[in-house]
Amino acid sequence: MDSLPFFPDRASTMAGQVDNLYFAWLILSGLVALAVAVLIVWFAIRYRQGTAVDRTVGEGPEHEKKMQRIEIVWTVVPLALFMAMFVWCTEVYYRNVTVPKNAMPIYVVAKQWMWHAEHPAGEREINELHVPVDRPVELLMTSQDVIHSLSIPGFRIKQDVLPGRYTTLWFTANRPGEYHLFCTQFCGTSHSHMVGRVIVMEQVAFESWLSAHSNVPTMAARGAQRYHQLGCDGCHGAQAAVQAPKLEGLFGRQVPLRDGRTVLVDERYIRDAVLLPSQNVPAGYEANMPSYRGQIGEEELLEIVEYVKSLGNATHEEMP
Amino acid sequence: MLMRERSPPMVEGVAAFAHQFDDAEQQRTASNLGIWLFLATEILFFGVLFAAYAITRVRFPEAFAAASRLTSLPLAGTNTAVLLTSSLTMALGVHAAERGARRALVGWLSVTVALGCTFLVIKAVEYRVDYLEHLVPALNFRFPGPQADQVELFFYMYFFITGVHGLHVLIGIGCIATIAVMASRNAFTPAYYTPVDVTGLYWHLVDIIWLFVFPVLYLISRP
Amino acid sequence: MNSTAIASHDAIAADESYLSSGWNWRSWLSTLDHKRIGILYTVTITLLFGIGGAAAALIRLDLLTPHSQLVSVETYNKLFSVHGVIMVWFFLIPSIPATLGNFLLPIMVGARDVAFPRLNLFSWYLFVAGALVTIYALLAGGVDTGWTFYAPYSTTFSSSHVFAVATGVFIAGFSSILTGLNFIVTVHTMRAPGLSWFRLPLFIWAMYATSLILVLATPVLAMTLMLMGMERIFGIGVFDPALGGDPLLFQHLFWFYSHPAVYIMIVPAMGVASEIISCFCRNSIFGYRAMAFAMLAIAAFGFLVWGHHMFVSGQSAYSGTVFSLLTFLVSVPSAVKVFNWTATFYKARVSFDAPMLYALGFIGLFTIGGLTGLFLASLGLDVQLHDTYFVVAHFHYVMVGGAVMGFFGGMHFWWPKITGRMYPEGWARFSAILTFIGFNLTFFPQFIVGYLGMPRRYPIYPPEFQVWNVFSSAGASLLVFGYVLPFVYLMWSLRYGAVAPANPWNAKGLEWETASPPPSHNFHATPVVTEEAYAYARAESPHG
Repeated sequence: MDSLPFFPDRASTMAGQVDNLYFAWLILSGLVALAVAVLIVWFAIRYRQGTAVDRTVGEGPEHEKKMQRIEIVWTVVPLALFMAMFVWCTEVYYRNVTVPKNAMPIYVVAKQWMWHAEHPAGEREINELHVPVDRPVELLMTSQDVIHSLSIPGFRIKQDVLPGRYTTLWFTANRPGEYHLFCTQFCGTSHSHMVGRVIVMEQVAFESWLSAHSNVPTMAARGAQRYHQLGCDGCHGAQAAVQAPKLEGLFGRQVPLRDGRTVLVDERYIRDAVLLPSQNVPAGYEANMPSYRGQIGEEELLEIVEYVKSLGNATHEEMP
Repeated sequence: MLMRERSPPMVEGVAAFAHQFDDAEQQRTASNLGIWLFLATEILFFGVLFAAYAITRVRFPEAFAAASRLTSLPLAGTNTAVLLTSSLTMALGVHAAERGARRALVGWLSVTVALGCTFLVIKAVEYRVDYLEHLVPALNFRFPGPQADQVELFFYMYFFITGVHGLHVLIGIGCIATIAVMASRNAFTPAYYTPVDVTGLYWHLVDIIWLFVFPVLYLISRP
Repeated sequence: MNSTAIASHDAIAADESYLSSGWNWRSWLSTLDHKRIGILYTVTITLLFGIGGAAAALIRLDLLTPHSQLVSVETYNKLFSVHGVIMVWFFLIPSIPATLGNFLLPIMVGARDVAFPRLNLFSWYLFVAGALVTIYALLAGGVDTGWTFYAPYSTTFSSSHVFAVATGVFIAGFSSILTGLNFIVTVHTMRAPGLSWFRLPLFIWAMYATSLILVLATPVLAMTLMLMGMERIFGIGVFDPALGGDPLLFQHLFWFYSHPAVYIMIVPAMGVASEIISCFCRNSIFGYRAMAFAMLAIAAFGFLVWGHHMFVSGQSAYSGTVFSLLTFLVSVPSAVKVFNWTATFYKARVSFDAPMLYALGFIGLFTIGGLTGLFLASLGLDVQLHDTYFVVAHFHYVMVGGAVMGFFGGMHFWWPKITGRMYPEGWARFSAILTFIGFNLTFFPQFIVGYLGMPRRYPIYPPEFQVWNVFSSAGASLLVFGYVLPFVYLMWSLRYGAVAPANPWNAKGLEWETASPPPSHNFHATPVVTEEAYAYARAESPHG
């Protein structure tokens, strides 16, 4: 759909819904502002000093009750309108943040002052994001330093990107083309340089773009390499002497912890396990794992996440 | 329209109330409301510190428990007794001011100052012990056990919270000492002893805050 | 009170007004008179407004082109940071309360001074100390974190003078707390005989509600700044994830204060608007009790909505939902106030003196600003609007269109009372209209460019946004005149303005029943109040 004047391009399935909210508020607030303006101007002119119009005002309890009723109406009506809009707007928001199950992941690491994106198939991009049209894409993002925020106005999406955490964003682009990508959380000197573009391609074009980079090892392969380099299979491998959880089939499973809680093994869990292993020790194990903080960068962590994912998720059962 | 005197009447050589007030009663009410509002701001002030501490403690329960065990319970326990006693002596001082018992007032205020100073001395000793045990972040922190970073974080908060509290104790001592000197120079009468009252309330707040600081920092993992 | 009694008071008053009792440095710098303290504040914040305004002018000049050709990006970042810090903490927060509030509150309640005059003077000194520390930091190189100081950029990465600026703001915060404390105690305990709570002018209700926020919210800011400062110096690790901390904790603590802070900025202007509108409509404000309770409700609910600044921060969707709901609720009392002001014009007797023009501008701009707040409160829509120029436009509409217009309106309305001189009416009306036009031209295009996606705090931006930036900067050049003109003619009026009578507007309120300027102790005799607020006789006009 072509963009309207004063509106950015509509390039995702969410864009129309968000624009509808905007229209609705524009109309509602426009009407209210207009009503207030018209009334004040009309009253101010009609009842200005010196005009000989009827100014008799009611008095007494009957009049008071009438005024009270008016006040109640103009309190309750806005309240009801606001509640209706609240429900609608919240609904749109939940759709905006609920990632569909079949979304294709792309990993993003933000740093001062550029965007690194990594496709699972191995392609790396800086300040650019190639995505296929009509397929849900999930961005799993973290920052290497300060808080950034990834914003694609054409898709009507935005999410802060935090150091020490993963945040997610999803979209289904539905219109090929190039769209702005901005950093929208002030992050230092070159904050306004931290811009890029999202390139939405037809499925076929995207496939050929992927295969043009097929000589690059996949993220999972790079993750496996790092995993071995750091000696992780010394404890987690099949021949390990030390008691450590096995990683096959672990991703996506609910795991009971030593302190009684049960957590989901997701991307964040993997990251915390590598950097803060004494935090979430699984039930039946000791807090023996050393921390790899300082030895492994954010991109490498994401590669290890991809590697663990590739070892099978909870649909394969393998009890450690 | 009521006519009003320009300056308030003098009672025993002391102005019964300040010029902006209509009478002593109004001044007392105003001063009382003023100090309670100020205490409310102090509670919010410390509330933020406690909130930050609580949130961090929930994130790192084991580390904080281990760190808390490294604090000195005997010293802090003694300090709790000292501060509680000083609140008692302060209250007795206020009572003496109500009765116009000048010597008792000066006496109780002086004891309170002494107890306050004792608190600070014991605190200094405690800080020294912490220093000798390598528990002072940014100075000489060393912790051989697991989660050393989080243990250090506990001690940052420990020094920050007890430090801010100690600063309030110091200010309180200054105020009480000043009031004691004023009392010895006959500044207060049963009709006017508001500064004593107000300082007393401040000192009680400092005490109450310590009654939160103490269990939260020192007692969490001790049965 | 008949006019002869006022005239004879004038004759006495001319000899012993608060202005004539001593005129040297000492009499001003050691004054305990709330009126003089109000003037000390006015001078101070005018200077600071000049600094913050100069920063804004440079920003708008630089944004004329997409490539930041006027200043380097480092300088630009420092400019918007300084603009925010000074305008928020050293202009808007003190503005109406410390200037008009200090001057008028005791008089309006019929008292001789505030409850704690020495504390009042001390709070001004604290304010000046905070301002000096901040200005020092500015001259030493400034900050580049934005006025919001988000961690971990502010705690670990920025190499600018974060600690110094945080210290300056910390000190100034105590000034806020003490002012609020003084006001609350004065209103509670020192009202004149007959002046019950529901006979108080709405300006006093506004000062009271504002003071509640000042007293309860500012300590949180103080501690947050202290924690941030300690983290910056000692690397504690409360906020920086690299040290085990939580950056969202900083945002929660910061906005817990900073959201109520915006109500500190707007509620006083609402009080001023009610005073002006009632006088120039010759009408009691419609729904007095609703207006009073609305301000209290805004103050109370204002503490519950801070998370709406953090919808995309990484806080949970459930938190976001709760904060969105509460934000919609807090907008209802504000809406009610606008409707009540509108109703006040019905069957009134309206005149269009300059204060009224400012008040009308206030209603219009506050309404637009408030309505656009609803856009931002909507979760689904805020995702698009957050951290864009839409937000910048929204808060400038309420803070500048609302609070600053309220401030200027109040300064004009009470200028005769404060100084004993009339300002030139023609120039004043012109300035009000110029400000209104310049303001809209400056900030309305920012709504548009914000939805198009232009992020905040960008000295360099995509060229397709330039046309809106040019409109905005053009408007800013008009706005500058709108602010400079009143400064010029108000100063001029001090020497050459017509001498003002005690009640030049025939207005209701205790401040108008004493001389212009008032005597040192405000009244020659304690007033006794026998009528409701705004008991305007409908046949009168503001000009006799």
